[in-house]
Amino acid sequence: RMKILVGYKRVVDYNVRIQVKPDGSGVVTDGVKLSANPFDDIALEEALRLREKGVATEVVVATIAPADAQAHLRNGLAMGANRAIHVVTDKPIQPLTAARTLLKLIEKEQPQLVILGKQAIDDDSSQTGQMLAALWGRPQATFASKVEVEGNIARVTREIDAGLETIEIDLPAVITVDLRLNEPRFIKLPDIMKAKAKPLETIAFDSLGVDTGDHHQITAYAPPPKRSKGVMVKDVAELVAALKAKGLL
Amino acid sequence: MTKILIIAEHANGKLNSSTAKCVTAARQMAPSALEVLVLADDPAAVAVQAAAVEGVTRVVTIAHAANAHPIAHLLAPQIVAVAGDYTHLLGPSTTFGKDLMPVVAALLGEAMVSDIMKVVDANTFQRPIYAGNAIITVKVPATRKVIGTVRNASFAAAGSQAAVAIAAIAANATLPSHTRFLELKAGASDRPDLQSARRVVSGGRALGSADAFKIIYELADTLGAGVGASRAAVDAGYVPSDMQVGQTGKIIAPELYVAIGISGAIQHLTGIKDAGTIVAINKDGEAPIFEIADIGLVGDLFKIVPELKQALG
Ligand SMILES: Cc1cc2nc3c(=O)[nH]c(=O)nc-3n(C[C@H](O)[C@H](O)[C@H](O)COP(=O)(O)OP(=O)(O)OC[C@H]3O[C@@H](n4cnc5c(N)ncnc54)[C@H](O)[C@@H]3O)c2cc1C
Ligand SMILES: Nc1ncnc2c1ncn2[C@@H]1O[C@H](COP(=O)(O)O)[C@@H](O)[C@H]1O
Repeated sequence: RMKILVGYKRVVDYNVRIQVKPDGSGVVTDGVKLSANPFDDIALEEALRLREKGVATEVVVATIAPADAQAHLRNGLAMGANRAIHVVTDKPIQPLTAARTLLKLIEKEQPQLVILGKQAIDDDSSQTGQMLAALWGRPQATFASKVEVEGNIARVTREIDAGLETIEIDLPAVITVDLRLNEPRFIKLPDIMKAKAKPLETIAFDSLGVDTGDHHQITAYAPPPKRSKGVMVKDVAELVAALKAKGLL
Repeated sequence: MTKILIIAEHANGKLNSSTAKCVTAARQMAPSALEVLVLADDPAAVAVQAAAVEGVTRVVTIAHAANAHPIAHLLAPQIVAVAGDYTHLLGPSTTFGKDLMPVVAALLGEAMVSDIMKVVDANTFQRPIYAGNAIITVKVPATRKVIGTVRNASFAAAGSQAAVAIAAIAANATLPSHTRFLELKAGASDRPDLQSARRVVSGGRALGSADAFKIIYELADTLGAGVGASRAAVDAGYVPSDMQVGQTGKIIAPELYVAIGISGAIQHLTGIKDAGTIVAINKDGEAPIFEIADIGLVGDLFKIVPELKQALG
């Protein structure tokens, strides 16, 4: 029966206003709230719904993160995943390495479907799912806003610049999810208790023999250029005058 | 020696303006060759347009029935087959490029730079992270190929030139059959395209219904503007998803952006930071949109928008 693997990354919560360290060596992450990548909650929700519909039988959440990310995985278990896999590394990893690591988990778990977020809101790369599909030699459906699985085929509607595109892919496959696919459920207190008993496997990153793809070097972090302070106008006439003064009308 | 290949984005025989923006970024890498690859079922018309983009030194085409719709896993093997000579492979940071370029990178065993917003030198780039709240400088080792997507809003489209040579080559790759195109529901609109419009008017949750959103379209038409929306307005079903502006929607850089009934969440702002002039209309004087607006007007949009339309019309 069908097993689904979900990429479940821990990131700085989307409500946090990120600050660049004054020395440009990184962003301030000490003491800031960490949460599941919002897209990964949607990925997990979709997997759970496929299980509830009887399409899938098992949902496994996986993260590649430092040792203190256990509580994060417990959240995924509390939401409803059957099992969790924690690949432990202290180093930040780039998408190619994440994809190679997830491929190792695919080889081990043999899922029919892998669901990831369309992007992680920390690095905003939007690469991992596509890289994983390429390395696995299996199809991808990125930016999904609707997923239907029938037998060995998934019909996926994708949010693309031109509108809504629907494609059909053979399973096994990788799907990356967009915001409008579903609304993730809230975690209930009893589920948090139940999650404590669910299996959580830890694997040392180094034991997987992943050839690191972190070829790129980040040499500086900077705050974004600031826009200069604007003016307030009091009515439509002033607004039109201000636009004319800027040569925009 | 920098030799760049740009993967052209196109639809219905027309080159997307994102390609000419990639060319501008590529020219800043001081290439000795700057070529454009057109993958299509019938690439002729698009190739002619690409050959006339200023700075392009040659256009290469691959005609194949499988290229009728851009499917990443069908295009990527054809790109990889010709990638050998190039030091750089670039695509636009549109859904087309985001879907495709990581596949190309992974097949080549390379990491990738997403959303290049500034070229420092041929191997060093700046790109936004954390919804544009930090900008990183990324260095690609000289021994590796640069695979990247170019952020549309950061580069102007290259101008035109007398057409350069076009070379047709054969697809030299086995293509998988595991992915099939079924349909595209395009938001049919005769308004200016959101990503290349010089003016954009956007509406937010405050509009309250698809019907009420009409006043945004009317104002946009008066201005000859494209129409955008916040995620809240899309989620609520007032407008289709291809109109979403922001971190997870379209990143745009019009000369004039008018945000109406939009609070200015960071995820929205990241999509409009490169706009020339931002106008905000919101009834809450404390709304964060006013922090980045060049011109702000506090008040009820249902009163202001019709008035504004009248004043402009
Ligand atoms: C991972 C992630 C990605 C996201 N990506 C995006 C994205 O790409 N784009 C995006 O837009 N959002 C995105 N969001 C959502 C974003 O956080 C905000 O929720 C959203 O932008 C809010 O939309 P809004 O401004 O229309 O609605 P609100 O925040 O509800 O603001 C409505 C505004 O209208 C004003 N208003 C109400 N009535 C009137 C009136 N009569 N006249 C004038 N003003 C009025 C109010 O004062 C308020 O400021 C994302 C969120 C997450 C978590
Ligand atoms: N370290 C990680 N652990 C688990 N999943 C990840 C990790 N990195 C990336 N992913 C998955 O890949 C998606 C896209 O990430 P990115 O390519 O970094 O934007 C995320 O939404 C996750 O589903």
